[in-house]
Amino acid sequence: MQIELTINEKAVKWEVAFDELLADTLRSHGFLSIKTACDTSCCGLCTVWIDGKSRLSCSILSLQAHGKKITTIEGLPKEAEEFAQILSAEGAEQCGFCSPGFIMSVLAMKNELVNPSEEEIIHYLTGNLCRCTGYMGQLRAIKTFLGVA
Amino acid sequence: MFTIIDLVQPNNLDEAYQILSDKRNNTILGGCAFLKMGKKRINTGVDLTNLKLSYIQERDNFIEIGAMTSLRELETHPLLKEYYNGVLPQSVRDIIGVQFRNGVTVGASVYSKYGFSDLITALLCLDTEVELFKAGRMPLADFLTMPKAKDILVRLWIKKTLRQAIYLSFRSSASDYSVLNVAVSKLDNHWTIAVGARPSKAAIAVSASAMLSQEVLTLEEIEEIAQKASEELSFGTNQRGTATYRKALCKALVKRGIMEVLPCKSN
Ligand SMILES: Cc1cc2nc3c(=O)[nH]c(=O)nc-3n(C[C@H](O)[C@H](O)[C@H](O)COP(=O)(O)OP(=O)(O)OC[C@H]3O[C@@H](n4cnc5c(N)ncnc54)[C@H](O)[C@@H]3O)c2cc1C
Ligand code: FES
Ligand code: FES
Repeated sequence: MQIELTINEKAVKWEVAFDELLADTLRSHGFLSIKTACDTSCCGLCTVWIDGKSRLSCSILSLQAHGKKITTIEGLPKEAEEFAQILSAEGAEQCGFCSPGFIMSVLAMKNELVNPSEEEIIHYLTGNLCRCTGYMGQLRAIKTFLGVA
Repeated sequence: MFTIIDLVQPNNLDEAYQILSDKRNNTILGGCAFLKMGKKRINTGVDLTNLKLSYIQERDNFIEIGAMTSLRELETHPLLKEYYNGVLPQSVRDIIGVQFRNGVTVGASVYSKYGFSDLITALLCLDTEVELFKAGRMPLADFLTMPKAKDILVRLWIKKTLRQAIYLSFRSSASDYSVLNVAVSKLDNHWTIAVGARPSKAAIAVSASAMLSQEVLTLEEIEEIAQKASEELSFGTNQRGTATYRKALCKALVKRGIMEVLPCKSN
């Protein structure tokens, strides 16, 4: 079936199967920042924005994204780069496999929370798993990025 | 991975129910997070997106919550933070992560009667009614004990009162399922204790709740009532904990719940 949506500000018409998941559709159209690392909706690597809200692209049918506005990290080069610089300066990135999804969550948090406390940051980012690091570097990077102590 | 042969997005509930009833394998689609973990072969998936069921609305005597409302909306809505001491936002905040809660729906969470459910336990300690398309409107407690039948959960109705409530869950690690969860509420002198993830579905500790409805409570009495709750409900064993462990947790969480609700003003 054909769906119409906006991806990173560009209108597209895509042919999708009824049971196709958005993560697979996005990857098949070249949005390779989308990673999938679990089949239980718990790692957060596949995070994109749908109508401005962070969502797990592995847990939504592509058909359910019809008519919506999708944003992937490819569509936010400036913001992503700014945060990625801080992240690597903190040594908070190793293999980098978790980074696109994680950064999409951090940017969503920046839009949603005002001056979050450490506890609020941790709560907001639970469900974004990283196998390499211990999350402390990320936390430092986020605080620097948001300008909170 | 589940498979879907056909998918429809009906514009009204009659049509949705008609298609759902047409074939045994026709299935309602919520956010799809739970469905996608299974291997179900769905003939026609009935997507409720076009039915405008994603809303939280204040009515004269009720708060109405549409079936397609996400758990994250439930968590962040000002009305639900204000009412019942914010027990509903509290109950869902530890389910996986924000991106997950942005996608999963209230309707599916209640209709599925998951034993591990955090939301059902919290709803059960409030005056919650469930509205099903075919079976109509009924108290949540009745819905939970009713045999499973194919239907569409349309919305929830929660009576607007000054009921004060608290939600407590015990998890082995953040964002895992609850080992046990408890909700305690009080309206005037009427108390309700609900316990979920036993690991079977949530139930009200009826006798213990009734024992609480007296004027003054001493610490000994509270402990006795918490003990009673752990005795009148049944517990089972699964990977997350044994029945004995759950029973002990029940007593501790119920006691804590009562002590936290006690100072709240509900009249
Ligand atoms: C990995 C994982 C971990 C979870 N952890 C927790 C947890 O710790 N605590 C907790 O409380 N919950 C937890 N859940 C459950 C979650 O919160 C949702 O309740 C669940 O995913 C169902 O929501 P959904 O919108 O994804 O439903 P779907 O997967 O779309 O549907 C689930 C079922 O409900 C039916 N359905 C959907 N909507 C309706 C409707 N309106 N009327 C009738 N039937 C309907 C579907 O046909 C299907 O059978 C977890 C889920 C997953 C996948
Ligand atoms: S792939 Fe793990 S949450 Fe989507
Ligand atoms: S840096 Fe390797 S998974 Fe996060």
